[in-house]
Amino acid sequence: MVTVNPCSAELPGTLGETMPFLCEGAVVTLQSAAGGSVLALVLALVVGLTATSRFRGARAVARVYMEFFRGTSVLVQLFWLFYAMPILTGFQLDTLFAGILALGLNLGAYGSEVVRGAVQAVPAGQREAAIALNLSPYQRMRRVILPQAFVEMVPPMNNLLIELLKSTSLLSVITVTDLAYQGRLLVNSGSDQLVVFALLLVIYFLLSYLITLLMRYVEGRAARLVGRGKPRRTPWRRRSATAGAGR
Amino acid sequence: MTPESQPGTPAEPDPQWMVRFDKVVKTFGDATVLRELDFQVRPGERVTLIGPSGSGKTTILRLLMTLERVTSGTIHIDGECLSHMRRGTRRVPADERHLRRVRKRIGMVFQQFNLFPNMNVLRNITEAPVRALGVPRDQAEDKARELLEMVGLADKALAHPSQLSGGQQQRVAIARALAMEPEVLLLDEVTSALDPELVSGVQCLLRDIAQQGNLTLLCVTHEMNFARDISDRVLMFDHGRILEEGPPDQIFSEPEQQRTREFLQAVLDV
Repeated sequence: MVTVNPCSAELPGTLGETMPFLCEGAVVTLQSAAGGSVLALVLALVVGLTATSRFRGARAVARVYMEFFRGTSVLVQLFWLFYAMPILTGFQLDTLFAGILALGLNLGAYGSEVVRGAVQAVPAGQREAAIALNLSPYQRMRRVILPQAFVEMVPPMNNLLIELLKSTSLLSVITVTDLAYQGRLLVNSGSDQLVVFALLLVIYFLLSYLITLLMRYVEGRAARLVGRGKPRRTPWRRRSATAGAGR
Repeated sequence: MTPESQPGTPAEPDPQWMVRFDKVVKTFGDATVLRELDFQVRPGERVTLIGPSGSGKTTILRLLMTLERVTSGTIHIDGECLSHMRRGTRRVPADERHLRRVRKRIGMVFQQFNLFPNMNVLRNITEAPVRALGVPRDQAEDKARELLEMVGLADKALAHPSQLSGGQQQRVAIARALAMEPEVLLLDEVTSALDPELVSGVQCLLRDIAQQGNLTLLCVTHEMNFARDISDRVLMFDHGRILEEGPPDQIFSEPEQQRTREFLQAVLDV
């Protein structure tokens, strides 16, 4: 069986012309999504926990960050980081870095809300039992509350990470050479529009499905951690076999 | 008033009273739950709190466990103030360090068990001794297995809480509280959430624990037979005050107050 590298120029017709460029773009898209995700997750955890602090000042700071970055668009934040900041501070960020920063800050704000909600959804009795056992505030969070909250965070985080992946297409406006940028370049230089746009759809979908698969795995692990093991899905074949036997 | 604790140094132990409430008031918003409550418990004494719901019994346990703060008044555990500490010459609200020192002496078992679902049974019992007291893990596990033996669940050490019945979960919760070697044990309606056929097992276990140790026991319950068996003294609460108190035989057989008689009738008839 002959396997053809999907990014090679030896593919027939329009595919051969476009795929190498699109693959380059996909790599940049993945880089900015990965960078943005790491930053967003770290921010979400730190700010989300700060938002549950018993100190009002700390909560207020977290609140301001969350509201500000949720309430202004990624695109405008991108303009500020890439175009306005150099004027104000004289410091020019690299395009990819500015993109990662904007995505991380923006989705981090949404993520903080997820973390805060999940932490507060852990039943009060759990915290009280941890107090009664004389665990320190840090131990209560680390050993009792967070492991239980974590399970609740995974599905909404999955959504956010997919959202983040798709938002990377905005980075093309500050000339990050991502998938969307490369696609438009190809169209402008005369490639078949329908083919290029169809390929963009497929590639974005595959990438986001990759995230979903990864998060499902994490969710399963986390659920087992709190003893709520997700019921194993019956393999399709066996299910149809029993259905047949019943008849 | 006994001298209060200096930060970092334990207060003089109080040989007479293990638990002492002085003019304790607790309000939640507009609702006053406890009104200038005074009462004392001797070391090793077993006290049951009874009374209609909303009369403040559970609040007393929650105040003792420092899950709530008093609105005014003071609570002492063995001469040490729960809610306040002395900084220089000023009396200031207790900080986390002070709270953790006084909490060390108190354990609590909850109505809803509150086992940690992210740990197996053994881990539930060993986690706090290892993390909070610094007991070496193997030593804590030996102790935990002894306790599981005592509560009759030696074979469930590696089970997950969700695999246990309510009664078994509550036994684990009791073992978990005892693993911290508290001097005062608080039992908050520990059999109320159990299926009827599981109640007596847990009660028997608690009766044994009450009889063998020199634990000071404060127990909130609606099971009057259990209260009679387990306690040296019964306090009848109504509207945040102690209505009447005495040895269980006296309270249950010949209560002085009409209100107590009505309450007992209502509870026993159910």
